[in-house]
Amino acid sequence: MNIAQLLNQMPGAVAQGLIWGIMAIGVYITFRILDIADLTVDGSFATGGAVAAILITNGVHPWVAVLAAVAAGMAAGAVTGVFHTAMGIPAILAGILTQLALYSVNLRIQGIGTDLGSRANVPMSINKYKNMLVSLRNVGQFTLENPIWLMLLMTAILIGAMYWFFGTEYGCGLRAVGANPQMARAQGINTGTGKVAGLMISNGLVAFSGALMAQYQGFSDVSMGRGAIVIGLAAVIIGEVIFGKLFRNFALRLLAVSIGAIIYYLVIQVVLWLGLSTDDLKLLTALVVAVFLAMPHWKSRIIPRKRKEAGQHA
Amino acid sequence: MREEPMLVLRDIRKTFHPGTVMQTVALAGASLTLNRGDFVTVIGGNGAGKSTMLNAVAGTFPVDSGSISIAGREVTHLPEHRRAVLLGRVFQDPMTGTAATMNIEENLALAARRGEKRHLRWGITQKERALYREKLASLDLGLETRLGSKVGLLSGGQRQALTLLMATLKRPELLLLDEHTAALDPKTAEKVLTLTDQLIRENELTALMVTHNMKDALALGNRTIMMHEGRIILDLKEEEKRSMTVGDLLEQFEKTSGRKLDNDRMLLAT
Repeated sequence: MNIAQLLNQMPGAVAQGLIWGIMAIGVYITFRILDIADLTVDGSFATGGAVAAILITNGVHPWVAVLAAVAAGMAAGAVTGVFHTAMGIPAILAGILTQLALYSVNLRIQGIGTDLGSRANVPMSINKYKNMLVSLRNVGQFTLENPIWLMLLMTAILIGAMYWFFGTEYGCGLRAVGANPQMARAQGINTGTGKVAGLMISNGLVAFSGALMAQYQGFSDVSMGRGAIVIGLAAVIIGEVIFGKLFRNFALRLLAVSIGAIIYYLVIQVVLWLGLSTDDLKLLTALVVAVFLAMPHWKSRIIPRKRKEAGQHA
Repeated sequence: MREEPMLVLRDIRKTFHPGTVMQTVALAGASLTLNRGDFVTVIGGNGAGKSTMLNAVAGTFPVDSGSISIAGREVTHLPEHRRAVLLGRVFQDPMTGTAATMNIEENLALAARRGEKRHLRWGITQKERALYREKLASLDLGLETRLGSKVGLLSGGQRQALTLLMATLKRPELLLLDEHTAALDPKTAEKVLTLTDQLIRENELTALMVTHNMKDALALGNRTIMMHEGRIILDLKEEEKRSMTVGDLLEQFEKTSGRKLDNDRMLLAT
């Protein structure tokens, strides 16, 4: 085992972590703020990649392509939202339905301009599309071309934007929808449209992340979002476990999610370096996330709830 | 000029789970008119339809038939969140009225904008904070120094007092109190009740308060109504109320309904 080889992998892991971190912030919005486990993301991540790839390979500027990807992701979130609120389908199932539908949609998006009208993979080499925003080719360099800089900047801007949004009157209302829907309605907030809005924002971010990922890896693939929800949850939970006590501020909590995603990818690199097969990665991730999700449940059974007891006295 | 009644319920009917073994007639033609400034206490046995009536007014579910108007506005077919502009509500469970994961000032700011369009401007202003501090200080619970504390850290009594403040922060046309002291210990319940009476008087509110405490029902407000099997069977005006004891009230109930009053939580102490 060569330690230099591991160190060589680290910049790539950080870049990947930053890209997935944006996706994980999207997951945080549904999972922690709206209290919905939204499985749309596995599909909308790939949708983001597909839209960006098909536009970039057709000569559209990458920034425009990314914006289009965000719009497509928001549309996907809206569909899940309508399934859930207007049609009364449980949120998890609504997400699964959209995710499944998106698989076909993504094949069709990637197939635009081909004879078959459907394609599983869209290659876009950095050699050919030199203006792409991020590429893994530059990740080892100490230049401004290194995707880590742009990713850091975009993460900072996004966290700032989310901090602002969820501090506004409208954003506070959305938080109330997730925190206590009954109270939200009593304050005149439409919980249905609130959930749809939250799902749209979340999936817009997820598609944004997918659009960046496709550029980074130099291709878009219909199955690139498989297991995205679990990676997103892993990032959220790692961030909470490490920084939960330290970071109280909302912006810092989002930062913790992004750092959580980076840590996730660093750990992945280490276990691969230790000899784990990439084929077993998803099994490992799922088990780790399951254990961390179980933590609050175990804690409540073992440690007496001091706070709750104290709360019963007036 | 004749003044508009603050609440008019006309022959409200509601059956839950119709056509199943769980079918329950919760409201069987309830009619009620509240004038401006009325503070009405509501009593009745288990399943008499007290909470259901309040929830029908709030729009938690659509009614089967009948009509509801609040402050002259026909609201029978309006969803819950669109009626909120007219209503202040405090629930039985202290957890229901506030958002536990948000802090005190955020909860208040949400309530200050009840029923208004929520814009993309900052959710709480400095000016508001000063007002909230002042209002919280008047509760005398020490909450004025804890604006940034999560509501989940408060006790049940503190949460109920906060919910009460939230319900009246923006003046409601009608205040709905659904056994809001039932989950509190007697001392705290008394405190919250005093605060309720004080807020209603100060703001000259119209209120509908369900209670399980017969003594409170007689002591507070200017009217007491008694419900039985989804209908209002007794409506006591101020003068009648004043001369009445809990014993008289029980007797009245038995006479009108033809059976003894049963309410698990009813406090019969005089």
